[in-house]
Amino acid sequence: MAGILRLSKVTKEYARSGVALRDISFELAKGEFVFLAGHSGAGKSTLLKLISMAERPTSGEVKVSGYSSATLRARELPKLRRRLGIVFQDFRLLPDRSAEANVAFALEVTGAPRASIGPKVSRLLTQVGLASKATALPHELSGGEQQRVAIARALANDPFVLLADEPTGNLDDRATRGIFQLLREINASGTAVIMATHDVTLIEWSGLRFLELEKGSLAYDGVDAARLVADLRGRR
Amino acid sequence: MRLALREVLLAFRRAPVLALLGVTTIAFSLFAFGLFGLVAINLQTALKQVEDRVEIRAFLRERTTDDELSEVVKTMQRMGEVADVGYVSPDSALQRARSELAEFRDVMDSTMLPASIEVRLKEGSRDPETVKMVSKRLAVYPVVEDVRYGREWVEKLYRIRTIAGVAGSGLAVVFAMVAVIIIGATIRMAILARTREIEIMRMVGATNGFVRLPYLIDGVLKGIAGGVIAVALAYATNGVISRNLVATQFFTMQQIALGVFAGAFIGFVGSWFSVGRQLRQVWRDT
Repeated sequence: MAGILRLSKVTKEYARSGVALRDISFELAKGEFVFLAGHSGAGKSTLLKLISMAERPTSGEVKVSGYSSATLRARELPKLRRRLGIVFQDFRLLPDRSAEANVAFALEVTGAPRASIGPKVSRLLTQVGLASKATALPHELSGGEQQRVAIARALANDPFVLLADEPTGNLDDRATRGIFQLLREINASGTAVIMATHDVTLIEWSGLRFLELEKGSLAYDGVDAARLVADLRGRR
Repeated sequence: MRLALREVLLAFRRAPVLALLGVTTIAFSLFAFGLFGLVAINLQTALKQVEDRVEIRAFLRERTTDDELSEVVKTMQRMGEVADVGYVSPDSALQRARSELAEFRDVMDSTMLPASIEVRLKEGSRDPETVKMVSKRLAVYPVVEDVRYGREWVEKLYRIRTIAGVAGSGLAVVFAMVAVIIIGATIRMAILARTREIEIMRMVGATNGFVRLPYLIDGVLKGIAGGVIAVALAYATNGVISRNLVATQFFTMQQIALGVFAGAFIGFVGSWFSVGRQLRQVWRDT
């Protein structure tokens, strides 16, 4: 399988807070699902920022779908972003727009043909299971539902990879399972997923590959969740 | 473009108070600048009117012949600094004196007043140096008995004009800067209220131009609205002053257009830089 995302010896250092990531190398295959585990401050969010090229590594190279952090120009960034879906813990929906308007916004501002927007939005909302709440405003939706809207928005431009930064961090167990299930479905249809989480139970339960970050270094890359459980729970 | 306009409208509907506050701020800072402009324009006109009265008078000896007279007049007319040369006969001098000094009407007769030549200078040649130089040139003629031009008065006038020019330019720069800073801050405030939109647009891959467009339109519209209100306010103020104090001059159409254009321009530049700042920082730290 061809790698669609590759990090080679990536180090990120901030002037004020010091080294956030140290010598990280890994590869993600097309259509793969991988967890990003580690305590708060271990560097999960920084890693996602580097992948979305919101920031550049201090040294090393991030390569995403043919774009390299070493050569990417500012004007190419929007093109890359359209190929990435990004989801956050706090949803980041526009509070005064309905669910469908929030999803449509992503299509409108990237210049999608007007006629195509309506049908696409309903298809996306159906895919995330919110067809019946298309006209609801974010505050009228539960946390899990809001995250579904955010995921529908992230999928609007048919990304090849979905970056989810603690997408279930604000949700209860039931909603967490629901969102995870949805991400698995999206993954099954061919979109790669990187999901940052500190929910060890979820990782253990899923049996999927995970990368464990510890103080900015890649401590483990594999599927042996028992190790992670001992590691993270033991220190609590 | 359609989408951009829709976003502008949406922003206005969502926060009309903020939008109106922005327009008002722009209007008042341009109004302050406009008032200063009005004062400057009227002061300049007044000074120019006074300056127009700068003239050199050469009194002629009695029994000057017509030939001698016309030689002086012609030579003076040929000087580059001279606008026109006029001859005042003893009779017309008397008439002028009588009308200006009505109290002494009866004691004056034509033999008292000599004939004279009045020399007016061109605009830009009314500084003390030139006036002195032209006077000296006149005094050379034997038929000229005496030359007068109110030296002290001319020097004082010239000094006032210089000071007014320098102070005016300095104040204009200060006023313009204050307007730009206030307007910039206002626009920045409006954009800060929409950080989330910008952030999401960038996240999903909108181009910078696309992100900027609605805010540029917004800034230009506010600038134009502010400019129009400022002109209206200045017009009203000018009307009140004209009716109750002194007749004043208002801006010409070109100056008004320039003022409104300045409003639009400041709106554009202010938005450009404010959004630019927003575009440079990418992910909000959580």
